[in-house]
Amino acid sequence: MDLSYTADEQAFRDEVRAFARASLPPELARKVFDHRRLARSDYVCWQDILAKKGWLTGHWPRAFGGLGWTPVQLHIFDEETAAAGAPRLVPFGINMVAPVLMAFGGEWQQQHYLGRMRENKDWWCQGYSEPGAGSDLASLKTRAEAHGDHFIVNGHKTWTTLAQHADMIFCLVRTSTGARKQEGISFLLIDMHSPGVTVRPLIMIDEEHEINDVYFDNVKVPVANLVGEEGKGWTYAKYLLGFERTNIAGVGASKRELATLKTIAAQEQRGGQSLARDPHFAARLAQVEIDLMALETTVMRVLSQRGKTPGPEASILKIRGSEIQQALTELMMEAVGPYALPFVPEAIAGEGTAAVGPDYASPLAARYFAWRKTTIYGGSNEIQRNIIAQAVLGL
Amino acid sequence: MDFSFNDEQKQFQESLAKFIERDYGFERRRAYQALPEGFSRDIWAQFADMGLLGLPFDEQYGGLGAGVAEMLLAMTAIGNGLVLEPYLATVIMAGGLISRCGNQAQKQALLPPIAAGKRIVVTALAEPGARYDLNRVETTATRKGGDTMLSGRKAVVLHGAQADQLIVSARSSGDSSDDSSNNVAAIDGISLYLVDRGAAGVSVRDYRTVDGLRAADITFNEVRVGPEALLGAEGGAYAAIDAIADAGAAALCAEAVGVMETLNALTLEHLKTRQQFGHPIGGFQVLQHRAADMFIHAEQSKSMAYLAAMKLSSTDVAERRRVVSAAKVHVGRSGRAISQASTQLHGGMGVTNELAAAHYARRLTMIDFNLGDSDHHLKRFINA
Repeated sequence: MDLSYTADEQAFRDEVRAFARASLPPELARKVFDHRRLARSDYVCWQDILAKKGWLTGHWPRAFGGLGWTPVQLHIFDEETAAAGAPRLVPFGINMVAPVLMAFGGEWQQQHYLGRMRENKDWWCQGYSEPGAGSDLASLKTRAEAHGDHFIVNGHKTWTTLAQHADMIFCLVRTSTGARKQEGISFLLIDMHSPGVTVRPLIMIDEEHEINDVYFDNVKVPVANLVGEEGKGWTYAKYLLGFERTNIAGVGASKRELATLKTIAAQEQRGGQSLARDPHFAARLAQVEIDLMALETTVMRVLSQRGKTPGPEASILKIRGSEIQQALTELMMEAVGPYALPFVPEAIAGEGTAAVGPDYASPLAARYFAWRKTTIYGGSNEIQRNIIAQAVLGL
Repeated sequence: MDFSFNDEQKQFQESLAKFIERDYGFERRRAYQALPEGFSRDIWAQFADMGLLGLPFDEQYGGLGAGVAEMLLAMTAIGNGLVLEPYLATVIMAGGLISRCGNQAQKQALLPPIAAGKRIVVTALAEPGARYDLNRVETTATRKGGDTMLSGRKAVVLHGAQADQLIVSARSSGDSSDDSSNNVAAIDGISLYLVDRGAAGVSVRDYRTVDGLRAADITFNEVRVGPEALLGAEGGAYAAIDAIADAGAAALCAEAVGVMETLNALTLEHLKTRQQFGHPIGGFQVLQHRAADMFIHAEQSKSMAYLAAMKLSSTDVAERRRVVSAAKVHVGRSGRAISQASTQLHGGMGVTNELAAAHYARRLTMIDFNLGDSDHHLKRFINA
């Protein structure tokens, strides 16, 4: 047992830090630090930079063209890039469908799609939830009927994050009706540019366009895009969810947000002194900082002990990670006092309109509301507690 | 970065678990508690045979020279069994201070008998009214010829009445009436003295603690000690006291993790076996979610206990203090949450003295009151 970073890990940290500092465009980092809206090109720009370096998929095994980073290296990468102000990596391809393709995909799928992911060629999104299938995901109704060398897909997916930018979607679809609703589900990769695919924005509580409804109207999908065996989609979906939950812990980004919160608290005043020195505020801030320390250590513990396939313990990371993210957005909003109130979307978008009050204040309340999503998505925290109770505790 | 235990450590862990299971069941513990000293000298002797009592000491003083991983495992096992013996007070705290501050002769005289289970030495550091601040020392050390006279009071000294010797902090110079903005004066001038519990002028009020241990309030009235009693540099003991308090706090975190593990297991067993409305009550989602939260608290606390233990050897003192305090805050709050949930989930039985879980809940709650509670450490964390 030795919880300190090795010399190699320290060197890797220095390398990532130097690279991020040199390569991340400062105006993009500014947007991230200030919680401004990011355009498609912002995400693509940073991912292209990483892809060129081979770091977009550095955590992939070497057999699939990655660099075989250890979980500790991935954590360092995540922490250092977040601290530098890098936008989050769109996870749906490289972190979510990629492990499924590696474990269950055919050779062509691995060559073609993983290859394109390494080069940041496709923007992926996730087609799981449906209007009638949220936490009860297996109730999904989108149907795929086999017609020779292709499927015909009809249905309606929802909550699809950034589908408006996407080239590809991975979907759970029903290919037959089994005795149990988990049976007869298949895992299908669909080109978003196919005829019959329609994306409609679903405007969020912060008035931002992040999520969408995606409609499939007789969409033709080649059989070559079926992952693994027909009817085994539920198994693959559960496999993927473990990765999603680990990814969702968001320790690197939360550390950056904590630092931002401290900066804001140092500038704000309460009772004639810095808010950071206000005992009540300082105590609340310290509590979140301690919780984050515990989460970070637990992430390392889970990743380094369980290897690369996260089990039900990943639910802890999702629960605590999301709760900490919310606590940070809440404290940040409270830190700016009455300047949480002015709502100037153009200022939040960085479109040149001046903010009311301090620059850092304008996005914070909207962001607080938007971040309520974190305990709902990726399997709500109540579902995560069910998983712990059943899969870990045997209740 | 590596969180795993090696094979030797795993064997150590298994032998501890077997010992606790065989010799430290709930009924046996009750019997040990009823003994005059509130713990079992037989068990203490067995601990010595297992090498536990010299675990962290250098081999030349009869120890095993083990590291923090073994300390974590030992303290977790102590938590699993709700062990009553003075391990924290004697091995971690007193033994730690002697190892750190003692000269060759003192180490040679004290550590081997402690490791052999022949002598019990405990620390007497905190004072009435000083709460958890170990620099607020009003006990005085006054030179008288070649000797030193000690006068003052020490509060809630764990196993104070059962100890052969006490390590007492006293002020040989400086002022304890510090102002909170600058307590540099209160830190300088503190010395440590070895005092026989039976020495003239030492009076001991022995009592039970609510979590099943023994403690004492001790008064020192013109207690004469010779020059050989001084442990470490005169007036310069505070850094060592602070470090040992951190070692003790980290050990308590590990013990709490053991208590949490067992308390959660007992609670889970109850949820799976207790039938109401024709079903095991663990089938109810509202109880499942409480059990899930108990599990999360325990896992997060384990992470913090590991982290704190690893920082004990850090040369960066500020970082050590920060992380140990963070761990103590986290474990304190999680311990409170788990003990309250466990009591609630056990229903009426949870508030009876018959139930093992009730005793685990008591210990888990009261761990927070040793060496600084959550609020104390939250403040220390903020000021670090």
